[in-house]
Amino acid sequence: MSSRISDKIATAVAWLAAFAILGILASFLLYMLYKGIPVLSRQFITGMPSDIRAGGGVGPELFNSFYILFLSMVVSFPVALGAGIYLAEYARKSRVTDLIRLSTESLATVPSIVLGLFGMIVFINYMGLGITILSGALTLSLLNIPVLVRVTEESLRTVPGYYREASLALGATKWQTIWRVVLPNALPGLITGITLTAGRAMGETAILIFTAGTTVSRQLGDFDVFAAGETLAVHLWYVMGIGLVPDRLDIANGIGALLIITILLFNLAFTIPGRILQKRMTGSQH
Amino acid sequence: MPTITIRSHKLKLVYDRYVRYLLFGCAFLMTFIILSIIVFVGQQGLLTFTQVNPAEFFMHAKWDPGEGNFGALSFIIGTLLTTILAILLGAPLGLAGAVFMAKIAPPWLREVMRPATDLYVAIPSVVYGFIGLTIIVPFMRQYLHAGTGFGLLTTAVILAVMILPTIISISEDALRAVPRSLEEASLALGATRWQTVRKVLLPAAMPGILTSIVLAMARAVGETMAVQMVIGNTPQLVTSLFTPTATLTSEIVIEMGNTPFGSAWGNSLFLMALVLLLMSLAMIVIIRRLGQGRMA
Repeated sequence: MSSRISDKIATAVAWLAAFAILGILASFLLYMLYKGIPVLSRQFITGMPSDIRAGGGVGPELFNSFYILFLSMVVSFPVALGAGIYLAEYARKSRVTDLIRLSTESLATVPSIVLGLFGMIVFINYMGLGITILSGALTLSLLNIPVLVRVTEESLRTVPGYYREASLALGATKWQTIWRVVLPNALPGLITGITLTAGRAMGETAILIFTAGTTVSRQLGDFDVFAAGETLAVHLWYVMGIGLVPDRLDIANGIGALLIITILLFNLAFTIPGRILQKRMTGSQH
Repeated sequence: MPTITIRSHKLKLVYDRYVRYLLFGCAFLMTFIILSIIVFVGQQGLLTFTQVNPAEFFMHAKWDPGEGNFGALSFIIGTLLTTILAILLGAPLGLAGAVFMAKIAPPWLREVMRPATDLYVAIPSVVYGFIGLTIIVPFMRQYLHAGTGFGLLTTAVILAVMILPTIISISEDALRAVPRSLEEASLALGATRWQTVRKVLLPAAMPGILTSIVLAMARAVGETMAVQMVIGNTPQLVTSLFTPTATLTSEIVIEMGNTPFGSAWGNSLFLMALVLLLMSLAMIVIIRRLGQGRMA
């Protein structure tokens, strides 16, 4: 086979692979939306779930999903920001820095079910927090932290070194430089990273089954962190696996569509403006 | 006046130092967290061996905790086989996609594929599992006459899709990081693009590509929800591509709810989690050896 023909074939295969990759994604998203959107009614989105009868809603689950996500971000973001700043701006090459990097990488690959069991031991058994929204949020923050650390470090590194030099030369201390110069300039990348992380955490299930539980508080919009907190993703798994409701397929389809709509919002509506902003800021000459 | 500004500057420097300690504390918390995970999960898991023989746990496949049988071999093998099969199915496609994005794609298409790989990551694993349950399981049952449709191959197909973004994005980065001069030298010698990719770019990017594959394996090993929904959840050794079986993760998620904390049964589930944890830590070590030191 001549090299030119094999080149043509390889190029064609690569194009096919690219279309397969986009095709699989598009078909998954469209399938879920096609099946689920007809289920989405006001009654479904805001209604209370039903254990036995058909026609239950997912109101509390929808609320819990966002509430747990919010709480976990409140816990994980400050810590991750601090760690990310340290790694990007302070850490010199040393054994300790190596250890911290190794730990962050390891934490990022710990399977989420293992984090769930860890949360069970520490937050539920030792600290006695029970199967609650709080336990769920704390355990979920363990999943977010390593990702946020990396996001922070990466976006701080995109800020050019002469920004720091200019600030230091004006007599600013290191922390003033970081707080007033580096962080504002890293903000677009930071926002994109946070929304992508939040989108991922939104659909997390394995961590929450045994820490936030599979039941919900009977009050809609219950801000009590000691209430049980089943989320949308957990509910989808629960109705398909264990649930007794006759319309479980409809409920699962509806939840699937709700989750897809949410991640599309997180990924497209929030991150694309961030990317454009980033391009504009790094593209403009100072 | 000058003394005051000097003093306030000194104050700022002191403040600066404390901030530094605080930031270091945040960073060191990573080490603290991973060590506590290892200690707590390890301690709870190893308690199993006070009641169960390690040889039984790792070498036997008879799992019937009610009768005192704690052989977890079929789960370990289930985890390994689904992972390997998923890599065999997913890695070639992902790698072809990475080559396409790095070297062939027109810029506009690359701009479409970047957010697309982010979306792959963002789709919740229960949704992958649900799609597997409602599309792939019936497909296997009807067209491949594969028993119930649940089992090894169905799981591997779903996992192959789920690991695509890991392979694509990290391999693409590795391919892009190859110095342009190497590529130009090859093209200048009259090599075609495919020859250049195969003989120059892929070998040069190999550590990064292997890193992407190991990280994809880590994701496949740890995946729980999607696997549990399509694997069939039967504690038995795999005999064919269509055998319904179970993995470490799927077994934990099914049984954890019904087992009393601290019983031999409960502890054995923590032991499975410890095995998972050690598998993923081993992969981090492999990635470090590959010399890339990238993060997941």
